[in-house]
Amino acid sequence: MKTVHNSLAVLAGVVLLIGGAAAQKLQMNGAGATFPYPIYSKWFSEYNKQHPDVQINYQPIGSGGGVQQVSKQTVFFGASDMPMNAEQLQAAPGKILHLPTVLGAVVPVYNIPNVTTELKFSGPLLADIFLGKITKWNDAGIAKLNPGVTLPASDITVVHRADGSGTTYIWVDYLAKVSPEWKTKVGVNASVNWPTGVGGRGNEGVASTVKQTPGALGYVELIYALQTKQPYGSVQNMAGEFSKASVESVTAAAAAAAKQMPPDFRVSITNAPGNGVYPISSFTWILLYENAKDKAQARAMVDFMKWALTDGQKFAPDLGYAPLPADVIKLEMAALAKVKTS
Amino acid sequence: MKSTTTLRRKLLSSAFVGFCGFAVLIALIPLAFVLFFVITQGIRAVNVDFFTHMPTPVGEPGGGMANAIVGTLIVSGLAALMAVPIGVISGMYMSEYAGTRFASLVRFAADTLNGVPSIVIGVFAYAVAVLPFKQFSALAGGFALGVMMIPIIARTTEELLLLVPGSMREGALALGATRARAVFGVVLPAALPGIVTGIVLALARIAGETAPLLFTSFNNRFFTTKLTQPISTLTVQVFTYATGPYDDWHRQAWAGALVLVMIVLVCSLLARLATRRLERMHARG
Amino acid sequence: MRRKELGFQMGTGVLGLVLVAIVFAIGAVLAKQSMLSIEKFGLSFWRTEVWDPVSGEFGALPFIWGTLYSSILALLISTPIALGIAVFISELCPARLRQPLVFLTELLAAIPSIVYGLWGIFVLVPAVRALEISLPDALRQLPFFSGPPLGLGMLSAALILAIMVIPFSSSVAREVLKSVPAAQREAAYALGATRFEAIRAALFFARTGIIGAIMLGFGRALGETMAVTMVIGNNPRVSLSLFAPQYTMAAVLANEFTEAADDLYLAALTEIGLVLFIITLIVNSLSRLLIWSMSRTATQVPEPVEPAVDAA
Repeated sequence: MKTVHNSLAVLAGVVLLIGGAAAQKLQMNGAGATFPYPIYSKWFSEYNKQHPDVQINYQPIGSGGGVQQVSKQTVFFGASDMPMNAEQLQAAPGKILHLPTVLGAVVPVYNIPNVTTELKFSGPLLADIFLGKITKWNDAGIAKLNPGVTLPASDITVVHRADGSGTTYIWVDYLAKVSPEWKTKVGVNASVNWPTGVGGRGNEGVASTVKQTPGALGYVELIYALQTKQPYGSVQNMAGEFSKASVESVTAAAAAAAKQMPPDFRVSITNAPGNGVYPISSFTWILLYENAKDKAQARAMVDFMKWALTDGQKFAPDLGYAPLPADVIKLEMAALAKVKTS
Repeated sequence: MKSTTTLRRKLLSSAFVGFCGFAVLIALIPLAFVLFFVITQGIRAVNVDFFTHMPTPVGEPGGGMANAIVGTLIVSGLAALMAVPIGVISGMYMSEYAGTRFASLVRFAADTLNGVPSIVIGVFAYAVAVLPFKQFSALAGGFALGVMMIPIIARTTEELLLLVPGSMREGALALGATRARAVFGVVLPAALPGIVTGIVLALARIAGETAPLLFTSFNNRFFTTKLTQPISTLTVQVFTYATGPYDDWHRQAWAGALVLVMIVLVCSLLARLATRRLERMHARG
Repeated sequence: MRRKELGFQMGTGVLGLVLVAIVFAIGAVLAKQSMLSIEKFGLSFWRTEVWDPVSGEFGALPFIWGTLYSSILALLISTPIALGIAVFISELCPARLRQPLVFLTELLAAIPSIVYGLWGIFVLVPAVRALEISLPDALRQLPFFSGPPLGLGMLSAALILAIMVIPFSSSVAREVLKSVPAAQREAAYALGATRFEAIRAALFFARTGIIGAIMLGFGRALGETMAVTMVIGNNPRVSLSLFAPQYTMAAVLANEFTEAADDLYLAALTEIGLVLFIITLIVNSLSRLLIWSMSRTATQVPEPVEPAVDAA
C-alpha cells in the first residue's frame, strides 16, 4: 500500500513539474475558417520560430465553428470568412473586432476524366448546377461557354461543405448576386439547405472528395486547388471577362472596397465591378475581443497581428493569397491600438 | 422412399455446415483486407520523423505525429486514472453483494453505459467538462474516455472476482478477517492478473476512440503536456489527415493507423497470453 | 465488526452509485441542453425532413432515416454471417481451430473505427463505386439503385457497418449457444438428427437469446460514428437509393457540433444526441432482457426423468 502511495506522489510531482515547465510558454488557442488555414498555419509556425515562448494553436473547424467557439470563449480568438451578423455580435459577451488578414479566392474545382483544360463558367451557370437544374457535364449551357472541349455525358456530382463555412458564405453570396432564384430559394449563410450534392468537411474535405470522385464539381479556396494539383475554372466577372483567380485578379476585386472601407472592416467584395477582377474573392478576418480578460494573451495577439500585417504579408503570394491593400493595413493598425492590452 | 429423404437431410446438413465455414471465411476477408492495407501502406509511410517530429505547416510535406502519440498516451492515462478506481470498486460491490437489488441496478447501469454511443458521450462531456470551464482540454478528453472505460472495467472486475473460488473468501472470513480485509487482501489479489488484463484491453479500446475527443481534447498543432490545454491525439489526427486532400497527409494517416493497430494487436496478444497463463495457474492450484 | 462491514458496503456502494448517477446525468444534461429546440419544435422535430440552419428550421427525419436504414441493411448483411460464425465456432469447429478463430474475431472487433474509416475511404469506396458503375442499366430504374454512382453513400456505409457488427453479434450469439443445455442437442442426436437438425433445434431453443444478440449488434450499428461519416456522403436527404449519399445522427453530430453557430442550432444537434441516446438505450435494454430471459429458461429446463418401469 505504502509503495502505491509513494509512486502516486512521485507521479503527481512529475506531472506538476512538466506542467510547470510548460507554463513558461504562452499557449493560445484559436479556431475557425479553413479558407486561410494554409497561410495561418505558416504564419503561426514562423511566428513561433521568432518567438519560441508563444505557441498559437489554430484549429480549422470552419467559420461557423470559429464564431461559435469565440462567442462561447472556449478559444481566445476566432477566424471567419463570413462577417458576424448583428445578432451574433449582440450575443457575444463583449465587443468583437473583425481584423482582416489576407484576401483570397474561391474557385470552382472539378474532376472530369480526360478533361484537363481550363473550363469557363458563368455565375448563373454555376448557380444552376448547384441548384440541381443542370445535371450533366455535356449540358448545353456548359458546352456553349466551352466550345472545343469534349465534355462527357456523365453526371455532375456537386460537392459542398458539410460544416458551417465562410467559404460557403463567399460562394453563395456570389451565387445570390448573380442568380435571383438562388437568392430566394436557398439564401446566403455559412450553412445552407443544399438542393443537391455531397458534403465534405472543411476545404480539405471538399478538395479531397472532388479529387476522389470522377465527375465532381466543388468549390474551394484557391490554395487547396493548387496544392492538390486539381484543375479549376475561370469565372465570368461583371465586366464580361472570364477571369482566373490570381493574386492580381483578387487584388483588383478589393480595390474599390479598400477606398471605402467601413470602420468595422465588414465588407463583401464578391461580384465586384471593374476589369481584371476575379468575382469570387473575399477578405478573411480574425475575430478578437476588444477587451479580453487575459491581457497577456491580448498583448501577444496584438503583437502577432502587427507582424502578420507587415512581415506576414510576404508569405501570401506564394500560397495564392493576395496581400491586403496598404489603405486597409493603415486603418487596421489604428484599430489594433484600441485593443486593451493592460 | 426413406433413403431419398435421408439423403436430402444429409445434403442439407452438409450444405449448412459448408455455409457456416463459408461465413467464417467471409468475415475473415475484410479483416485480412484491412490489415493488409494498413500494414503495407503504413510500413511504407512510417519513418523516424513520424515519431519524432511535429506536423509541418499545411501543404508542406514531411513532419510527423510525435505530439499526437504523446497526446494519446496522456489522455488514455487520465482516463485510466479516473476509471480504474471507480470501475474496480463498483465491480467489487457488484460481486460481493450480488444478490441485492442495488447491485442489479449498478449492473444494469454499467451495461447501459457500455451501449451508449461514444459520440453521445462526447456531447455529454462537452456540456460538463468544456463549457463550464470555457476551455477544450486534455482533462476533458480524459474525462470522456474515462466515462467509457468505467463500465468495461466494472464488469470485467465483477466477473473475475466472482470466479475466485468461494473457499478463499470463506477461509479468510473464517480466520476472523473483516469483509474489506477478505476482499482486498485475498480475493482481489487472486483476481488481480485478470483485472489488469481487463484494464489493458479497455485501454487499448479507448485509445482507438475518436468521436468523444472531437469536442473535448480538440486538437493542438504544438507539443504540449499541459492538461488544461487542447491536446493532439493519434485518432483525431488520423481523422484530420484522412479527410484532407494532401497525399502526404494520407501517407501519415496510414502510418498513424498502423500504430493504432499495432497497439491493439499487442494488447490483445498480451491479454491472450496472460489469460492462458492464468488458466494454467488455476488448473494447477 | 458490524460497522466495518457496513463501512465497506457503503464505501464500495458509493462508487457503484457514481456509475448509476453518470447514466442519469447523461440523460439529464442532454435533455437540458436541448430544451431550446424541444420547446420550439416539439414532436414535429422527429417528422420534419428539413435541416436548414439558415432559416433556423431543424428536423431530424433525414438523420433518423439514415441511421435506421444503414443499421437495418447492416443487420441484414451481417446476421447470417454472424450466426454462421457463432455456430461454426461453438458447434462445428475442430478444437484446435477454436482459439485462433476466436482470437481473429476479437481482433476484428478491436480494430478502431477510425482505421475502418480510413480503409473505407481509400479502398471500399472506390471498389463500391466500380461496382455501382458496372451495374446493368435495367436495374438502375429501381429506386434502390437510382442516382449517380459515387461510391460514397448508403451502400458503403451499410457494408462497413456490417463488417464492424459481425464480430459483436457473433460473440454474443456464441455465448448464448453455449448456455443451451446439452440435453437438448443430445436428445436431437438420439432421435437420429443430422448435424443441421440438431443445431437447428439448439438455435430454436435459444431463439430469444439469438434475437437479443442480433439486437445488440443493431444497437452497436446505430451509434457508430467515424467509419460511417467517412463513407456515407453527409447529405441530409431521405432516400431509398443505396447509391445516394445520406446522413446519420452520429455523423451529423461529429461534423456540425463544434460549428453550430447559434444556440438553437446547438440545441437541435443536442436533441439529436438525446434521440440517439434514447433509441440505443431502448434497443440495448430490450436485447439484454431477451438474452437474460433466455438464459433463465435454459437453467430451468427440467432434468430428464427416469421412465417408469413398464408394468407389463
